[in-house]
Order: sequence, then C-alpha cells, then structure tokens
Amino acid sequence: MDWLFKFPQIDPDILLSVKRAIDGSLKTLTRNYGQSIENFFYPLQQVLIFFERVISNAPWPLVVLALAAIAWFAARSVKVVVAVILMLLAIGLMGLWPDAMKTISLVLTATLFSIAIGIPLGILMNRYKRVGAIMQTVLDVMQTMPPFVYLIPVVMLLGIGRVPGFIAVVIYAIPPIIRLTDLGIRLVDKEVLEAADAYGCSRSQKLWKVQMPLAMPTIMAGINQTIMMALGMVVIASMIGVQGLGLNVLQAIANQYFTQGIFNGFAIVGIAIIFDRISQAYGHRLQKHRGARHD
Amino acid sequence: MTKSSTSIEIRDLYKIFGSAPERFVSAVKNGMSKTELGKTHGHILGLNNINITMPAGKIQVVMGLSGSGKSTLIRHINRLIEPTSGSILIDGRNVLEMNELELREFRRNNTAMVFQRFALLPHRTVIDNVTFGLEIRGVEKGRARETGMRWIERVGLHGFENRYPDELSGGMQQRVGLARALSNDASILLMDEAYSALDPLIRTDMQTMLLDLQKELKKTIVFITHDLDEALRLGDNIVILRDGSIIQQGDAQDILLRPADDYIRRFIKDVNRARFIKVDAVMEAMPKQAPKSAPRLRSGTSLEVAAVELSKAGQDSALVTDAAGAPLGIVSLRQITAALASEDVG
Repeated sequence: MDWLFKFPQIDPDILLSVKRAIDGSLKTLTRNYGQSIENFFYPLQQVLIFFERVISNAPWPLVVLALAAIAWFAARSVKVVVAVILMLLAIGLMGLWPDAMKTISLVLTATLFSIAIGIPLGILMNRYKRVGAIMQTVLDVMQTMPPFVYLIPVVMLLGIGRVPGFIAVVIYAIPPIIRLTDLGIRLVDKEVLEAADAYGCSRSQKLWKVQMPLAMPTIMAGINQTIMMALGMVVIASMIGVQGLGLNVLQAIANQYFTQGIFNGFAIVGIAIIFDRISQAYGHRLQKHRGARHD
Repeated sequence: MTKSSTSIEIRDLYKIFGSAPERFVSAVKNGMSKTELGKTHGHILGLNNINITMPAGKIQVVMGLSGSGKSTLIRHINRLIEPTSGSILIDGRNVLEMNELELREFRRNNTAMVFQRFALLPHRTVIDNVTFGLEIRGVEKGRARETGMRWIERVGLHGFENRYPDELSGGMQQRVGLARALSNDASILLMDEAYSALDPLIRTDMQTMLLDLQKELKKTIVFITHDLDEALRLGDNIVILRDGSIIQQGDAQDILLRPADDYIRRFIKDVNRARFIKVDAVMEAMPKQAPKSAPRLRSGTSLEVAAVELSKAGQDSALVTDAAGAPLGIVSLRQITAALASEDVG
C-alpha cells in the first residue's frame, strides 16, 4: 500500500536534467546576449534617469505647485488640492523628500508606460476574440504569479538596477489597465453602437468617437488601479536595485528599524493617497455626462 | 426641399435566427410553421415572406406587438441585421447585395434612424449629437454646425444646444434624436418605436411635429410602433405584423372598415373610430338632385367632425367636396352611425 501514500513522481534524475537544461540555456542566453539586451534597454534607462533627475533636481516648491496644479485640473476641487499639498509637505518634513521623488518618478514612468501599452492591448483584446482569450490567460498568470518568480529571469538578463525594477513594476501593474479597457469597451450601450452603425461609422470612427469616450470612466478606474499596484511594488522592486522609499523600507526590515519602516511606509501611503484622489476625482468628472441617463 | 423619390421595395424577405438558418429557408418557404421550426429545429422564424412596397414621400407604419418582428424588419432596411433570403430595392439598388463600403456610404447618405431609447452619445452636447451624422460623413465643421442649429430650432430645442443629453427630459432627448436624423438630409427616415418610451401627451406632441415636418419634407418614413392609435394617426400606409408574417396592409380606412381577421378585429375594438374613419370612406355617390341647403364637408374630414357639423346644422346629410369645393359625394348621419357601430362595412 505504499503507493497510496507516496505520490507517484517523475524520476528525480529526469527532473534534475530538465532543470539543468533550462537553467543552462538561460545562462548561455545571458552570457551571449546579455550585452545586446542591455543595449536594447539603454534608451529606456536614459529616459528613466532623465525623469528621475527632472523631478529630483527641481526646486521643491515647484514640484509641490506642479502636483497641486495637476490635482486642480483633474479634480477641480479645493479639498483635493489642499490634501495633496499637505501630504507632500508632511513627506518633506519627515526628511523623505529625495526618496519620495525617486519613488514618484518610478511610479509615474511605469504608469505612463503601462497606459501606452495597456490601452492598445485592451483594444486588441476587445476586437479579436482569439487574442482576448489568450490574453485573459496571460493576465491571469501575471496577476497570480508571485513577483519574485519573474524577478529571477529579469535579473539574470538585465542585472540589478533601474531597468529591471521598472520592468518588474510594469509587469505587475499593467493587467488592470488592459482588462478595464476591454471591459469598458464591452460595456458601451448596444443601442448607441447600433446608432453609430446606422449613421455609417467606419470601424475606427466607431472606436474613437463612440467606444473609447464612453469607456473612459472605466479605463480611468483601470489607470487608478495600475498606479496603486505600481506603488505596491516599490518595496519588492527595491530588492533589485530600485532606490527610493522602498529601499528604506527594505533596510528597515533587514535591520528591524521599526520607526524607519513606519515613516517610509506612511510616505508610500501618502503618495498613494495623492495619486488615488487625483485619478479618482478625474474619473468622476469624466463620468458626469457619460453614465446615467434618465428616460 | 423636394419630395423624396425614394421608394422601398421589400421582396420575399425571410429572416431565420439560429446557428444554421440557410438550411431551413426552403422548408419555411414550403410552409413549415414558426412553432415547428422552433420546437424541432431550435431556430426562430423572425420574418416570414415579407413583401411590402413602401411608397416614396409617405409615412409607412409597421405595426405589431413585441415579438412580431417589426424591429427586425426595420433593421433590414439599413441592414443592421442580415437577412436570410430576399431582396430590398431602394432606388433600384439591392441593399442586401452591397459590400461593406457601399453599405457604409448608403447608410451615411440615404438613411437616418431614430431609436426607441434615443441612443444619443451621452458625452456630447446636443449640437454635437445633432451633427454626428454630418461629422461621420466628413462635412466641414462650420457647415455642419449651421445645419445642426437649423434643425435644433425646428424641433424646438433652441437654447439647449450646449446641454448634455442627461440634462434633458425624455421628450427633449428624442427631439435631439429627430434633429440628428433630419440633419443628415437623407431621403429615408427610419423610426424604430421612436415615441414608445415617451409619456402619452408628449407622444402626441411629437406625432404632431412629425406630421407638420412631413408636410414640408415629404421624406420616405418608415415608422415602427406597437400602438394602433399612433399607427392610424401617422400612417399613410400601415402594415400589421404578427409572428413575423404580414396579416394586413392598407391605409387606416382599410384596417378599420375591412379588418383581415379576428386578430385585427380584436385590435381595433377599442380604437376611436370616429376620429380615424374619414367621410370619403363611407360616402355615397352624388344623387341627381343635390339637397340645396346641405352643409359642405371637405374630403378627409373625420366622422367625428362630420357628426358635429351635421348636428350643428340640424341636417341629416352633407356634401363631401374636394379642396376646390366641387362635390364628390354625399354622406348621411345614418351612414356615419353605421360605420361607427359595425366593424365590417366594405
């Protein structure tokens, strides 16, 4: 009865050779193409550095003002603007200004990149059923796979630093924007689509004049989630060389510096609140004339 | 604007919903019933052998209850729904044979549609909704706006052009829908239960507006409704559908005075006959000796008005005259009462 209690297993020798083969070929790949892959990502690295420098080197009142202005244009609400300013001042007073700027720069670039790639992917997913089905599975895997696992090949190929950190953040944060773009387009009122057809819209006219504008509130919800997930990833990203608030938290964990952990943790929360309020308020404003109609 | 010269000829149109509709066309043509098709083959018979000639410049009403196929039928005219078999000829072209590009051009230039639940673009203002069709066609913005403003005024929405649809009542939203359709200046206007979602009083207003506009525009209008009163009021021609088949075609007089079967008889039971039956339908030929003092009624007068006129004049019969005043026939109170009481006169 031994077989009942011991799960039948593939011969350990075979498993071992499979693992060796895969790891070996990945290593060869890294050795042979590591440099060209790094070269390929060099422009991205420059962009990331540029963004970080711009935000970090700018005078702090200018940064506060700029974020307050963005908050105003997105939300048109004094309350949100005041909250944003107070949050930034608190972070600065705690001595976390430079690290916060690095984190904000990473989150912003990762979000912009996710939007630029995620929205077209969402549109494709919506238009082609086959692509949609494949993408659904890929997204499910991306969202459930522990980030540490895909950090391994990223680090093997690109080493440690900004670019691999950025890629890890994007992989982690991009699924919501793709999914919600697809969902937003799918939720557009059937009768409105029929009207678009009846008036002779071409496919692209239908997409840009009807579907995308009406999907915008849902897409904004996706952008909001993408930002939040990018922020959630900064601590893990700091393990592969991303600087900023996440790195401080990591140090605090390693050295059991409770207060440093709390301070930096709250700074991350503060940044999350800033982005969340701005993007949510903008989403609400978009919704004003797009959702409910009374008959 | 000149009278639309576009008539719509629907010939042998069939629509079967299901996974393999083509397989059942010939069976249905040979008389397979809707029930049999549904029960044993899992397909739904949407439209069964539809033949209609919709005259140019007139209002063609298609009436039926829900599930009768009327909305399916109107969507065949601009091919929002693909037919299973048949043809639809408009200006000598078969809509069902157009390729994607031809169909798009046809929809842009020849048809405009008004929807039951308005189907406005909620993120656009009234003016931007009204000019939607023109924008799609690539009409220059200033000109589109000019046209749009003209129609906004015509439907009585002056001053609302910068509002959003969700700030308007249902009736006003449908005026926007109508202005959007009219801005397109298409010869065919498709109205899919356009007024069914509106309150009765507003519905009557909108009907009056449509009739007034039509006097001038003379478009070929296809109007779908489930409301017999609306059908009788608007329709120059009425088709009654049931279970995807035509039961009767004709004008209001035909349907009220010569109903094709018990189904229609049941339908017209509660209609105000006096309002819809016209003196022309019940009058007799002129006798040799015309009564001298008889009151005169214009051709097209309803029995309701005729009865009032006769009792006011204290007479038993009246002359029916054409627009110029020449007598066409004579109508008596006895004939009027008979037409109001019985369902089958002709």
